[in-house]
Amino acid sequence: MKFLAAFFLTALLAFIGGLYAPWWIIAPVAFLVAILIPQQPWKSWATGFLAVFFTWGIIAFWIDSNNLSLLSTKIGELIGVGHKPFLLVVLSGLVGGLVAGFGALTGFYLRTSKR
Amino acid sequence: MRLIPFVVSALITTGLVLSLNTKWGTVPAMGRFLSPQHGFWQNAEAADLDYNADLSVHGLQDKASVYFDDRLVPHIIANNDNDAYFLQGYIHAKFRLWQMEFQVFAAGGMVSHILGAGEDSAYLRYDRSMRRLGMVYAAEKTLEVMNADPVMLSQQNAYTAGVNAYIDQLTESQLPIEYKLLDYKPERWTNLKSALFAKYISYDLAGHDDDLEYTNARNNLSHLDFEKLFPATQDSLKPIVPVTENNYPATAAFDMNAPASADSLYFTYKKDSLTNILPKPDKDNGSNNWAVAGSKTADGAPILCNDPHLGLNLPSIWYEMQLSTPSFNAYGVTFPGAPNVIIGYNDSISFGVTNSGRDVKDYYQLKFRDGSMNEYWFDSAWVKASKRIELIGVRGSRTMADTVTYTLFGPVIYDHTFPAAAGNQNYYAVRWKAQDPSNEMKMLHGLNHAKNYDDYAEAIKSLTCPGQNPIFASVNGDIAIWQQGDFPAKWRRQGDFIMPGEDSSYLWRGIIPQGENPHMKNPVRGYVSSANQLSVDTAYPYYTGNSFPVYRGYIVNRLLDSMRLVSVRDMQRMQTSNYNVKAEFARAILLQTDPAKLNLDEKKYMNMFRTWNLRNDASEFGPTVFTVWWSEFEKAVWSDELEKPGVPMPWPNESTLVESLQKDSSYKFVDDINTPQVETLADLLAGSLKKAAIQLKTAELNGKLAWGAYKGTKIQHLLKLPAFSRLNLNAGGGAGVINATKEDHGPSWRMIVRMSAQPQGYGIYPGGQSGNPGSQYYDNFVNGWVKGEYYTLWMMKRTDIGDKRIKWTMNFSPAGAI
Repeated sequence: MKFLAAFFLTALLAFIGGLYAPWWIIAPVAFLVAILIPQQPWKSWATGFLAVFFTWGIIAFWIDSNNLSLLSTKIGELIGVGHKPFLLVVLSGLVGGLVAGFGALTGFYLRTSKR
Repeated sequence: MRLIPFVVSALITTGLVLSLNTKWGTVPAMGRFLSPQHGFWQNAEAADLDYNADLSVHGLQDKASVYFDDRLVPHIIANNDNDAYFLQGYIHAKFRLWQMEFQVFAAGGMVSHILGAGEDSAYLRYDRSMRRLGMVYAAEKTLEVMNADPVMLSQQNAYTAGVNAYIDQLTESQLPIEYKLLDYKPERWTNLKSALFAKYISYDLAGHDDDLEYTNARNNLSHLDFEKLFPATQDSLKPIVPVTENNYPATAAFDMNAPASADSLYFTYKKDSLTNILPKPDKDNGSNNWAVAGSKTADGAPILCNDPHLGLNLPSIWYEMQLSTPSFNAYGVTFPGAPNVIIGYNDSISFGVTNSGRDVKDYYQLKFRDGSMNEYWFDSAWVKASKRIELIGVRGSRTMADTVTYTLFGPVIYDHTFPAAAGNQNYYAVRWKAQDPSNEMKMLHGLNHAKNYDDYAEAIKSLTCPGQNPIFASVNGDIAIWQQGDFPAKWRRQGDFIMPGEDSSYLWRGIIPQGENPHMKNPVRGYVSSANQLSVDTAYPYYTGNSFPVYRGYIVNRLLDSMRLVSVRDMQRMQTSNYNVKAEFARAILLQTDPAKLNLDEKKYMNMFRTWNLRNDASEFGPTVFTVWWSEFEKAVWSDELEKPGVPMPWPNESTLVESLQKDSSYKFVDDINTPQVETLADLLAGSLKKAAIQLKTAELNGKLAWGAYKGTKIQHLLKLPAFSRLNLNAGGGAGVINATKEDHGPSWRMIVRMSAQPQGYGIYPGGQSGNPGSQYYDNFVNGWVKGEYYTLWMMKRTDIGDKRIKWTMNFSPAGAI
């Protein structure tokens, strides 16, 4: 239950934050959620990671489908991964997920270190 | 105690954020770049993107609307001129902002500011060369002229305000993708930036010179050889304005004799060799234009055609647009960065340009009292020079302060801090017409508003540089062409070489009076035309320069002479014609090659050339054989003489070899001066085909013998990123052909306008309306352009607001008003 609540809260706040704040807002968001909703360390990390991985991945996938992969194939060529739009979607999700995962882990440890 | 894991985890998070928020070399900040809410994904436009919008903006005087058709061409309908220019700026910025700013950085020598100094300081050297040429200085002077002209100032202010209205509401996620890749942000637009852009056009079209190379040639060749290799006129020339059609001025308005000291100081002296040849605009920045009178057309309405040849880039230099207000209604292509339509038509007239190619950029060698360069020797006295400090921002490094010395002969482009060759301590100033104040915006304003010949003739008087051949046709049946610009009155060969700069005798003696510029209105032959050839023949009392292309002009006039009952379709066929008239002239020479000296492959290629229809069509083998063979043949004839000195030398004109051999079969340059024996024409013909055959065989094995595949026309993104470019286009055409499509240069806009009661235009350019590589409209005109197709242009009427052709509408209202 906690996992799902943390997951959806992180995803929601990451999405809203992304509309108004710089991209790295995902780190403080995951950090805060990990403080608010305490879990085990690996679970905090996984919550942050998965929430932003899916948030970023789904947005990127949605944009890419509407764009008929026109730009992602060009960017793929530019950064040397070739014409693999889905790979770019996953890569975007991974980068966001990593940052959020460690943000969440930091939040977890802040909470526990205060105890 | 969980403090240590907290610190470690916090450090990892911070480290990740910081490293993903930083640009590493050419790799953009990946966190920001990959974020689907900030980075490149935001530039991936939905295929069915809705451009409709209701916008309220500061700076607009009245309500106005922009209607987009299915090609994303905006039709701006405004209630006053300033609102139209405001919206032109806004729309330019919306679709082409990155390009607009990048072009201005290139114009003003500010490339290092965003790209760093570059490999071997190449960008910094480019920036310095532009500053030392006086680009920013010239733009500032042009701005002063603009500020003194109320109409131009309010037009420019409105345009600038429109660009800024767009920039000011731009969010990080909406930035054009190039800003995200290179990691910087747009600055606000200024009137100076539009002036700089105008000077960039001058640079592109009137900034080419080979004066250093010609000086090297004069220093290393005999006078006789020089005149043979670089004749000032060509036999196959059909001048834009032949003496038979128009009376040239009987005498020059100035003394056109060379200075008394010229023989000793200018034509013969031998000095150092010059090797620091600066980056320069493409010599082939040319164009075709012609206008056919009603007497020659099928329905009696004049037809005007124009195709400017420029470097082919994405985003395109052109942006198609209609501007409509109660005072004018113009359609055509515009320059993102400047107000008005540049090439196009309104309800009464049509207008287009080709480049004059006249030499308005000359070098002088100066004598300074000492290394401080505070005083220079002029007319037997030391004269004080002025200084201008150019601050060049270099990304990732310190700002460079480059002091440029200004003299009566222009800015000193080469000095000890920027030498003309390693170890060369000489001072060379460059006097360039574009350094003078100008008001070319006024010409464009005038042409957009013009109703008849008189308005056109008056408007073009404001064009001082770059010298152009503005062409004209009107609904009421007039056609005309002028070669217009401020052209220095020159004595023969003045400015072909670096001139002595120690007294007034070598200065330009004046500007040719405007009325004496070559021109022609409604000639009996029923057409006017230009294709960058020499504008006049030798009866014209001023020297007009030395190296002009001849073949396009030749074939244009030959075709127009023979045509009758011309239709728009005929003009489309002619504008995309691949006929190679140079090959027609060269054929008799090449076919003298003795087959007995050739092997099987060589015979095969010679046969391909023999049976070729002389058309540079994409599928033909002949043009490939001809191009490679002729190039080897020219090299066999000239490279021994021209490469021997080991310094940059000019290469003779496209017509020189054909015409020399037609006149003189024992042409002296045929002999290879590096061998003891005397070579003959027969040796060189067979020898050059043998060399060509090796390259042709390789091309054939790679499946690239057909001309389109061999030439591999490409349209490169301005940053030369292959992913954003269109490569290997199967296009015909080539140098010396009306369809002047070369590897990365060619017809950047093809336009045909039939001047019936309601003018009807046809056109296409190799690009698309959007500058965004993530848009369907980025390059959607390219395939049609390659095939030689045209779009029917829609001049929207103010009453057409319910027309089916309107796909999207942006309604604008002044902020604060309801």
